[in-house]
This record gives sequence, structure tokens and C-alpha cells, in this order.
Amino acid sequence: MLLRRIAQGCAALAAAGAMAAATAQTEISFYYPVAVGGPITKIIDGLAADFEKENPGIKVKPIYAGTYQETIVKALTAHKAGDPPVTSVLLSTDMFTLIDEDAIVPIDSVASAAEDKAWLKSFFPAFMLNSQTGGKTWGVPFQRSTVVLYWNKELFKEAGLDPNKPPATWNEMLAYAQKLTKRDASGNATQWGIQVPSSGFPYWLFQGFTTQNGVELMNAAGDTTYFDKPEVIEALQFWVDLGRKHRVMPQGVVEWGTTPRDFFERKIAMMWTTTGNLTNVKNNAKFDFGVAMLPAGKRRGSPTGGGNFYVFKKSSPAQQQAAVRFIRWITSPERAAQWGIDTGYVAVRPDAWETPAMKKYVAGFPAAAVARDQLQYAVAELSTHENQRVTKALNDGLQAALTGAKTPAQAMQDAQREAERILKPYRR
Amino acid sequence: MNGPQERHGPACALETGGAWLLALLWISPLAYALWTAFHPAEFSVRFALDAPLTLQNFANAWNAAPFARYFVNTVALVTMVLAAQLVIGTLAAYAFARYAFFGREVVFVLVLVQLMIMPDVLIVENYRTMSALGILDSIPAIGLPYMASAFGIFLLRQTFKTIPRELDEAARVEGAGALQVLWKVYVPLARPVYVAYGLVSVSYHWNNFLWPIIVTNTVGSRPLTVGLQVFSSTDQGIDWSIITAATLMTSAPLLVAFLLFQRQFVQSFMRAGIR
Amino acid sequence: MSRFSVHIHGWLLLLPAAVLLVAFTHFPAAATLYHSFFSTPKPGRSAVYVGLDNYRAMFDDPVFWQSLANNVWFALGTIPASIGLALLMAVLVNRKLAGRGFLRLAYFTPTILPMIAVANIWLFFYTPQYGLLEQLTGLLGLPSHNWLGSRDTALACVIVVTIWKEAGFFMIFYLAALQGIAPSLAEAAAIEGASRWYFFRRVTWPLLAPTTLFVLVNAVINSFRLVDHIIVMTRGGPDNVTSLLLFYIYEVGFKFWDLAYAAALTMVLLAILAALAIGQFVFLERRVHYQ
Repeated sequence: MLLRRIAQGCAALAAAGAMAAATAQTEISFYYPVAVGGPITKIIDGLAADFEKENPGIKVKPIYAGTYQETIVKALTAHKAGDPPVTSVLLSTDMFTLIDEDAIVPIDSVASAAEDKAWLKSFFPAFMLNSQTGGKTWGVPFQRSTVVLYWNKELFKEAGLDPNKPPATWNEMLAYAQKLTKRDASGNATQWGIQVPSSGFPYWLFQGFTTQNGVELMNAAGDTTYFDKPEVIEALQFWVDLGRKHRVMPQGVVEWGTTPRDFFERKIAMMWTTTGNLTNVKNNAKFDFGVAMLPAGKRRGSPTGGGNFYVFKKSSPAQQQAAVRFIRWITSPERAAQWGIDTGYVAVRPDAWETPAMKKYVAGFPAAAVARDQLQYAVAELSTHENQRVTKALNDGLQAALTGAKTPAQAMQDAQREAERILKPYRR
Repeated sequence: MNGPQERHGPACALETGGAWLLALLWISPLAYALWTAFHPAEFSVRFALDAPLTLQNFANAWNAAPFARYFVNTVALVTMVLAAQLVIGTLAAYAFARYAFFGREVVFVLVLVQLMIMPDVLIVENYRTMSALGILDSIPAIGLPYMASAFGIFLLRQTFKTIPRELDEAARVEGAGALQVLWKVYVPLARPVYVAYGLVSVSYHWNNFLWPIIVTNTVGSRPLTVGLQVFSSTDQGIDWSIITAATLMTSAPLLVAFLLFQRQFVQSFMRAGIR
Repeated sequence: MSRFSVHIHGWLLLLPAAVLLVAFTHFPAAATLYHSFFSTPKPGRSAVYVGLDNYRAMFDDPVFWQSLANNVWFALGTIPASIGLALLMAVLVNRKLAGRGFLRLAYFTPTILPMIAVANIWLFFYTPQYGLLEQLTGLLGLPSHNWLGSRDTALACVIVVTIWKEAGFFMIFYLAALQGIAPSLAEAAAIEGASRWYFFRRVTWPLLAPTTLFVLVNAVINSFRLVDHIIVMTRGGPDNVTSLLLFYIYEVGFKFWDLAYAAALTMVLLAILAALAIGQFVFLERRVHYQ
């Protein structure tokens, strides 16, 4: 009895000691990819303050680092200089780059308790595809998105289509788009049926087509791509044909940045873009619009996108523990739900959608749930070693085909050859 | 051109008309920026006379990014660069103009190399240097490669050479040292050149973009141009109302300065003999 | 002053400039060459000497060749046009005409607006269907065109923006030079009964030669230096048709983080600039100095 008391006391003391050690000023620097100012930084600041209140002794220092691109540059530069952040939100596709740079630790090596394991299983599986490789979990999904289809209900009505029925298949999308494309007397389009942007990062939208055509673009190890598979070429042919053969989409490369504005101006009846545009469209579309899953080819499908939490290697074990604690806290169902409501990103775990706040939000704005429903069909965003180079090879090929410089087959064979050249050294 | 024959009649009217057409074409981006910045977003691509005026875009832009901080950074940057360029350039130009030191001709050619190979094309190695110095992501890192300016040295040397040596000698007879002569005789006489060079330098560094975007990562060091780019490249697409408002805000100081000093600007170019 | 102290003083005055120029121009130029013979270090694999491997890779790299070719077209497209327009503008506003102050201001403003900001505005001008250009061509009944998204017009669009940006800056130099031409020359020519064009060709243009040279050198350098608008408007696309050499260096160096290959690419740019500098020295200096 006495012994047990003593043992308990010791345990309590040890726990308190550990607590104090952790508390003894564990500061976790946290890079977050957003241009400073604006509403999102206020939300993050608020979350950090709430966390500090509940976890005295851990200080969270958010550093707003600009775009994703700039944030990873900054994080890697700091890593090379020996002073990286403790944790950072970076693109899920940066996983291989971060591993190759030896910059991050697997989350499951830090969070190894049983409840941690359960936590890592609580996310939508589609989001974990870009977070795991080689049997380890390297990232925790946080602000994630997918591609969805937005349509203008008024223009559907004008064209004699059911305004509440978005296209469910490729054939329907094409047939609708043909009805929705208007031409003037001399045959010039004044309104396009559909628009799938192709500037900047066309590979992401292309993955919608390829997934629907039942093919993957790369393997899970990120060292092999399949750009020249017949199904990939077929998918590209369909995309190219929308513009060049069926003439229901503008020809050439369509700017990503102006696509929402094209939609607001009623110049396009349907567009493919990120779920992250939901709030923007809600605020700026002066007409009734709908949001739908991307249409199905052989199957439905969309890539995921967006950012994961990573934990950096060159921080102390205490900091890494504190960081995981913070990440667990911020991805709890209630906070994931609130984050989704506030920002328009897809709440990353199924139980977040069961929270009262989220249920109420979805009831008032059903479009918000479309992205969630699509997740069961979603695949990992294209991510390989030397990610930037490989995606550039694919992007160049896509743009070459869309502008008519190469046939889809030629373009994809060239892209595959280039990707092979880049990836060969990574296949050990 | 002061052509020989005085012009009048239709030819003259045609020329004036042409000049105005060209001017309207040239000012149209600015005009568009003014239109869009002061009207609600739905008028950003449509031009209706009855569109309501608003200042909301400016408020939104100002709140969406720490422009105040970017302003401070840019002002610090251009001040630092200009001050260094003037001091360093003046000393070097004085040496080239008035000291027949050993190796002068060769060194002068080596200085002129920078006219062709500007820091803008040496981004890769200069990035390594800044990284080695441990000053990445700082305002001095943006400014350092530009502080010794071959253009400035060349310009001031040409000017100093036109100053009669008698003035120089007279001052020396009165017991002035080399630096005092420089300060009391050369600098005041070269004032128009300093003004012209200063204007060019300020507008160049106010608008410089490629090198700053490479060496800066945080709000603490980003100049306006980089801040503007970070702010306008969002996943949500382009909102021209806010971008134009931000554009006007960030270039206003230069625009106003040019409006105020237009005459001096043109004249100092002339007198400076930048040809 | 003793002969010795002249050397000391001269060098002391020069010292700050010399140190900075060596550190940020001469040293990096030499270091670029040095680093171009090494591989890019990776974790667990430090940089090793690879000889000409980077140059071989460059030789086989279609994007490099395309960027180089684009850059030549970009230079040919921007240099004569911006200089010609600058001269025209200067001539127009050098004489008395209605609203001269406004005209000068209008021509000059592009110079003081940041390129990255106006590039966003130009993006609107080029937007298909409702962009300003399309609104104008629409009025004329021309078909809609995807200006920045087609390979045959994208580079031209970027060239136009550059000309717009540069012409006003060059105009200032011409304006300054024109005002330095003595009015008596024009009066004399008028008495002789010379036509305006004749006077321009035989008197004004030769007198402007040094200015033209100065402007030309600037225009040439700028055509290899200006990439801000590429970053905003096209990111080198579609399919690299607007990728310029410096933009490609930026991409390879700071997106792919392949600094060794970027160094090899930079060497090409340095070689071009050096060749231009020598060419200018040998050919143009002589022609200009006859007067």
C-alpha cells in the first residue's frame, strides 16, 4: 500500500517534471503559407493563442511566409542554415523533396502512442495518399482541396437544360457544353460551354481527366511516372478536343487566374477550379450557381491538393513532441470543422463533418459538402522526387498539346522521356 | 525637333492628333487602374458612366497585406542604396577624374564591365554570396550588389572632368584637403547630375523585383514590389479591383514625385549630359 | 602632392567601390564559371567536379535552346521598336503643341510604374472576350483570340508590354539631346529651304548618334534583363514560348534549386553580354565619334 503510494507519487512527480521540462519554454516556430494580413492570419493567430492557453508552457510562434512556393524555399534555406522551423504547413506534394533534403521526421516516429496511431487513422484516406510513403507518415493533412465543377444555373436555364442537374459523365459534360456554347453570326463564340484552366499548373486539372479515365500518373514511391500510358494520352485527347475539335472551350492555354472572373462575367457556363474558390464564387457571382463533383469517365475522380503539416528534423525532441501536440490539437474534429467553414478548405477528417457547427453550415450551404463527397474518388496529387522538374515536363507537354504544337501522344511521350531522365537516379 | 519650316494647317493638326492618340494609348493602363481602383469589383471589366465610386478597394488592399511595413522596407532600401551609391560613386569618380594613379585606365574598364553585366544577371552567385554572409532575407542583402554603380561612377567622372582645375587649385591654395575640395567644389557643381542620377536610381530600386523576390522571404524585408506580387498571386484568381488599388498605392509616391519634379527631371537629364 | 601619395590617395578613394564591384560583379562572374563545372550538392552528396557535364546537359536541353531563340526574337522585337517610338515621342513633344506637359507625362509614366503591377493590368488587356483589347477588336468585328494562351501571339504580347514600358524612358534621353541642338541650325536650314525630313536625316539624326548609342546599349541589356512581366503574365508558357534566358535561369536556380546548371546557363548569358560589349566597343564607338 505504502509502496504503491510512493510509486504513484513518484510517477506523478515524474510526470510533473516532464511537464515542467516540456513547459520550460518549448517554443515552436510555425511557418504558415499565406501572405501576411487578411482574415486567415487572424484565425491562425487566434488558434495559436487558444492552444497556448490550454497548454501553458508551449509557445507557438506563427511566421507568415507568403505563397507555398516561398514558404518551402524559406523553410529549406533555414534548414540548410541549421535553423529550420519546428513545424510548417507546406504543399503535400513537397513530401519527397523534403525527404530528399533530409529536412523532416516521420510523424509516426514522434507520435508513437496508441492514441496517436488512432489519430493518424482519423483522416480521409484520400488525404493520406500524399502524406505517406515507404510505410511512414510524413505529413498531417490540414488545408486540403480538390477540383470541382461550378456551373451557372441561369445559363443552363437559357440553354434549355435542367439548372439543377450538373453533368455526371464526360459525354454529358460535352453535350451540355455544346448547348451552352453561343456563337455570333460570324461563328465566333460569345459564350463558352466549359473552361478548364491550363496556365501555371495544368497537371493538377489534368489529373482530373486521367483519374476519371482510370489511370494514375505516378507510383506511390514517387520515382516512376506513367505519362505515356494510352489512357493518359486518351484523357489528354479528350481535353484537347473540347477546345480544338468540339469548340466548346477556348483554344490554347487558358489562364487560371482569370477563370473565376470569366465565370462571373457569364463568358463561361461551367468551370473546373479548386474548392478553395467557393467563398470567392459565393461572394462575386451575381447569379445562381451550383457546385458539383467532376464528371465521370470510366469512373469519377479528382486529385487532392493543398497543404500538410510537417515536423522538421533539426529541432529538439521536446519541440517535436510539442509540435505534434499542437498539430493534434489543431486537427481535432471541432477545429478542423471550424477551419473548413472559415476558409473554404475541405475539413480533413470524417468526424469533423459530424460536428454540430459543420452540420449547420452544410445545411445552409450544401455546396460545401460536394468536395467531401468527392473524396472517396480522389487520388494523390502528382508528386515525385524532383517534383518541380517533373511537373514542368508534364506541364510543358500539356500546353504543347493544348496549343496544337504536338499531338497528345507526342506530347506525353516527350514528357515521359524527360521525367524518366530526371527520375532514373532515384530508383535504387 | 525644331524643323526648319514652321508648320501649320492640316499636317500640324495630324501630328498633334497622332501625338495625343499615342499618349492615350500609353496612359491607358494607368487610366484603367484609376477606373478599376475607384469602382466596385463588378465594374472592373465593364465601363459604365453611372458606376458608383468607392474607396473600399483601397481599404481592402491595405488590410489584406502589411503594406505599411512594405513601404518602410522600400523606403529604407532606396535610401540606403542611393546614399551608398552617391558616397561611393563620388569618391571613385573623383579618383578617376583627378588622380593619375597606377592602373587607372585598366581599373576604369573593369568598372565599366558592370554596365554590361549588371547584378540582375548574377542572381545565382550573388545568392550564394548572401547565403555565405548569412544575410539572406534582409534589406542590406537586396541593396549590396547595387551599391557600387558603374553608371553612377561614369556619370560623375564625366562631370568632374568638366570642372576647371583652377577651381580645384584655388581651393587647395587656401589649405583645403582633398576631401574638402571634393565636398566644397566638385559636389556643389555636380548637383544637377546628382539629382538626375538620384531620380533614376530611386525609381529603379523602387520598382526592382527579380533580385528582391529571390533574397527575401519575410514581411520584415520584402519591398513593395515583392509584397504586391505575393498579394496578387492567390489561388483564388485575380481580383483586379484590389490589385489596381494596391498598384496605385504603391506607385503613388513616385508618381507624385514625378509630377512635382517633372521639369527638373527632364532638365537635369539634359544638363547632366547623359547621352 | 608627392607622386607616391597620388597613387595612395587615388586607390583609397576608389577602395569602397572597388571592393563592392569585385565582390558583386567580378567575383560572381568568375565564380559562375567555376561552379558551372561542379554538380549541385544534395544531402549526402556534396558537389563534385563534373567537367563539362552541365554544358552537355544544356546542349541537349530543348528548353534552353528555345529560351535562347525566344530571347533573340524578344530583343529584335523590342529594341528597334522602343527606340523608334522613343525618338518619335521626343520629336513630337519637343515642339510646342496643345497639352505638351500631359503628353510628356503620359509617355513617361510607364517608366515609374512597377513592372509587376502593370503586368497584372496588361493581363486584363489581353484577357479573351472581355479584356480591353478584345472589347476593341470586338467593336471592329474581329474574332476573339486567346492572346497570351496561343503560341503565335504570346511572345508578341510580352514584347508589346516591354516596348510600352521602355519607350518613355528612352524618350527622356532623346528629348534632352534634342533640346541641346542649337536652334540656329534649324534657322539656317530654313533659309536654305531644306525640307523637314532632309534636316532630320542630315542634321538631327547624326547629332543624336551618341544618344542613340547610349539608348541602344540600354535597350540591348534590358532585353536580357527584363523578366518581371514574364513571371507575372505567362510564367514562360504556353509550353515555353515566352521563356527568356534569365527567366529560365531563375526557374532552374530558384524553383528546381539546381544552382550548378543555373550557373552554366548564366555563363551563356554572360558570354552574350560580353560579346555585345566588345562588339559595341569595336564597331559603334568608331562610327559615333566622327562628329
